[in-house]
Amino acid sequence: MPHTLTINGKARSADVDDDTPMLWVLRDVLGMTGTKFGCGLGLCGACTIHLDGKPVRSCITPVAAAAGKRITTIEAVGATATGRKIQQAWIDLEVPQCGYCQSGQIMSATALLAAKPNPTDSDIDAAMSGNVCRCGTYVRIREGIKHAANAKKGA
Amino acid sequence: MISRRQFLSTSAALGGGLLIGFRTSAAAESPSGAPFAPNAFIRIGSDGQIVLTMPYVEMGQGTYTSIPMLIAEELEVDLKQVRLEHAPPDEKLYANPLLGVQATGNSNAIRGSWKPLREAGATARTLLVSAAAKRWNVDPASCRAQSGEVRHAPTGRRLKYGELAADAARMPVPEKLVLKSPADFKLIGTSAKRLDTPSKVNGSAVYGIDARPPGVKIATLAQSPVFGGRVKSVDDAKAKAVKGVRQVVRLDDAVAVVADHMGAAKKGMAALVIEWDEGAHAKLDTQQIADGLEKATLNPGAVAQNIGDTEKAMASAVTKVEATYQVPFLAHATMEPMNCTAHVRKDGCEIWVGNQALGRAQAVAAKAAGLPLDKVVVHNHLIGGGFGRRLEVDGVIRAVQIAMQVDGPVKVVWTREEDIQHDMYRPSFFDRISAGLDAKGMPVAWNNRFAGSSVIARWLPPGFNNGLDPDTTEGAIDLVYALPNMHVEYVRAEPPGIPTAFWRSVGPSHNVFVTESFIDELAAAAKRDPVAYRRALLDKAPRAKAVLELAAQKAGWGKPLPQGVGRGVSVQHAFATYMAQVAEVEVSKDGTVRVRRVVCAVDCGTVVNPDTVRAQIQSGIIFGLTAALRGEITLKGGRVEQSNFHDYQMLRMNEAPAIEVHIVKSGEAPGGMGETGTSAISPALTNAIFAATGKRIRKLPVANQAAV
Repeated sequence: MPHTLTINGKARSADVDDDTPMLWVLRDVLGMTGTKFGCGLGLCGACTIHLDGKPVRSCITPVAAAAGKRITTIEAVGATATGRKIQQAWIDLEVPQCGYCQSGQIMSATALLAAKPNPTDSDIDAAMSGNVCRCGTYVRIREGIKHAANAKKGA
Repeated sequence: MISRRQFLSTSAALGGGLLIGFRTSAAAESPSGAPFAPNAFIRIGSDGQIVLTMPYVEMGQGTYTSIPMLIAEELEVDLKQVRLEHAPPDEKLYANPLLGVQATGNSNAIRGSWKPLREAGATARTLLVSAAAKRWNVDPASCRAQSGEVRHAPTGRRLKYGELAADAARMPVPEKLVLKSPADFKLIGTSAKRLDTPSKVNGSAVYGIDARPPGVKIATLAQSPVFGGRVKSVDDAKAKAVKGVRQVVRLDDAVAVVADHMGAAKKGMAALVIEWDEGAHAKLDTQQIADGLEKATLNPGAVAQNIGDTEKAMASAVTKVEATYQVPFLAHATMEPMNCTAHVRKDGCEIWVGNQALGRAQAVAAKAAGLPLDKVVVHNHLIGGGFGRRLEVDGVIRAVQIAMQVDGPVKVVWTREEDIQHDMYRPSFFDRISAGLDAKGMPVAWNNRFAGSSVIARWLPPGFNNGLDPDTTEGAIDLVYALPNMHVEYVRAEPPGIPTAFWRSVGPSHNVFVTESFIDELAAAAKRDPVAYRRALLDKAPRAKAVLELAAQKAGWGKPLPQGVGRGVSVQHAFATYMAQVAEVEVSKDGTVRVRRVVCAVDCGTVVNPDTVRAQIQSGIIFGLTAALRGEITLKGGRVEQSNFHDYQMLRMNEAPAIEVHIVKSGEAPGGMGETGTSAISPALTNAIFAATGKRIRKLPVANQAAV
């Protein structure tokens, strides 16, 4: 039986096995390729999405567990004030290099900032260490989160 | 029309406008008599749109921004007015001037483009000015190009480039070309915003893995777990029963499951029962390979460099220092796992991929599909991490082999496990190195013999001559230090059962670790400060000396540190860039190494985009630290033991050091930036561990060797 999902505010459906990871529903079934595949085991964070605003690794989140929840992906995270500020900070500070992991980084950073508007360095370590960046943009991700936090105060 | 200098041609563009063809090479002139063959193009349309077709690919290094900057600077247009087009695969047209094939690698895009791109831009500007002057019947010297138009100040007249492009195509190529003086640069040397960033923050950037031609199916594959093995039998009954699985494809040495989506393909793969004929390498392990390399260094190799009489100098030395060094195999682990989409029909083949060597991708696809080259269309994409992995085309061959058995397009996506276990690896090396010191502890003799794989010998055979290639020895020869007697030999020793490939910072990734560790050993043997010792050997290398002094000063070299904390330094001249790094590390009793801070001073000649230089150094340092601290691929029973990020671990946010980059102002030609940070960090790290603990790390990775 097809699963009914609420993705970025829209109703979508996917006729796949219950245990199919959300990652593949998004990318292959629905054609939303902004969410990236990195490891398939929840080890790298490239596939991070939000379920009811909380960051989860979509590569290990079965579609059945996402049904009935508010699913947000990188394609729509900019619709929230926090997401937009993170994206702008990423542009202002030229955070991305190859850019492949950045969808996941932005989803994790947005969730962090939404929960903690003024994160400390250890908050950033705790929230962001699940996201691998092979280009090593960590220095700028850290600065970017602080930059967005400061922009928030000004807003 | 071709100019007498034969470095560019001008003609009318299709659909009107001006087309300038040129070669991206510092030595661009065609041999006399040979027809001029451009490998890059600027097109100025009648609508004013400027399009640059260029052979380099973007993989995070910022080349899609820094290369157009060169054109925009001379053309006097805003960077936003220059649109980029991927060059289609064509080895003849787009061969990289420093590599000889169409490829992006070896940190040479800016090095190969610096002069010709500015010349092409200046030519276009000169032609547009001449066309305007002719139309107004005024002296060209009274006209100025500015902000995408030509202006005649005395009369206030102005014409946009688009209005002049068709006329410009008919003007003679200027005999004399005046490049802008660096003092007049408006763009070069500024941190221009990267053109690819906006699409990388909202999910709209399209990488190879995101290609979705209509009707595409998704496949994942299992290749023989032992390199060189074969499929013996496949039981696919259970796999075919998985919802969404469409087909199981069997190749000689791999099996693929084709499905509606990757979730089904992976589930189907897990349900397959494959029996392998493991072949000749079933009992291979990494220790055997390491032993083989060690043995290989006992025999003479090809002489890579010889200065003076090392044997004689060694015999008369007061002190002799000897050591052996080892570096492991390394995987690339690009964040975007290997993938390639292929659609093979009887009369043609289409490929969707992100690759650093497009011409090669096209050639292997044609061969695998049994089609002529011109029947293969390759769509290149953004690259989710290259690091050398995507200079290889094994994944393209695989995709074509699978697609030949599938009706319609198929995207072959490797799992992370497949990506790590069927990478082509940075070779392991064994080095036997010695030096003789005089009474003051200064080196009078330097002798280095190392053994390992030559990637060039496979990848670019003409580049391997007399037992040597320029990559494998870079960083081992032409050292910055004044060494009166020096002898370096390379023994080519190809490991059985494991393929090797380029890996970010290539030859220097191995050689700089060895030479900069060993010079540190010599300083220790001489009981001298590591910075002072190096500085004393750099009188004839002022640029190297300057970066060393700058890095030391900014790092607070010599200032006291707490117990268990140490500073280490490295100096490097590679990819035509000078660099020094100081790493500050903290080692706990259990051997855990925490890198607190890295200070880097760089002289890469003229800086095109300083923010990109800083970004590349930050990136290179993290990449190099990841490898030096724990990167190691090992074989057991012929199989790669590591499989995913739990056992092939990456440096993460909580471990990332503070990184400071200091750029030396220079008017020299630009040097390469993509790789230098990676090779310079490993010796800075291990020298810092020595300073903190007294333990000399001669074998990478560091792992738990620093434990007391």
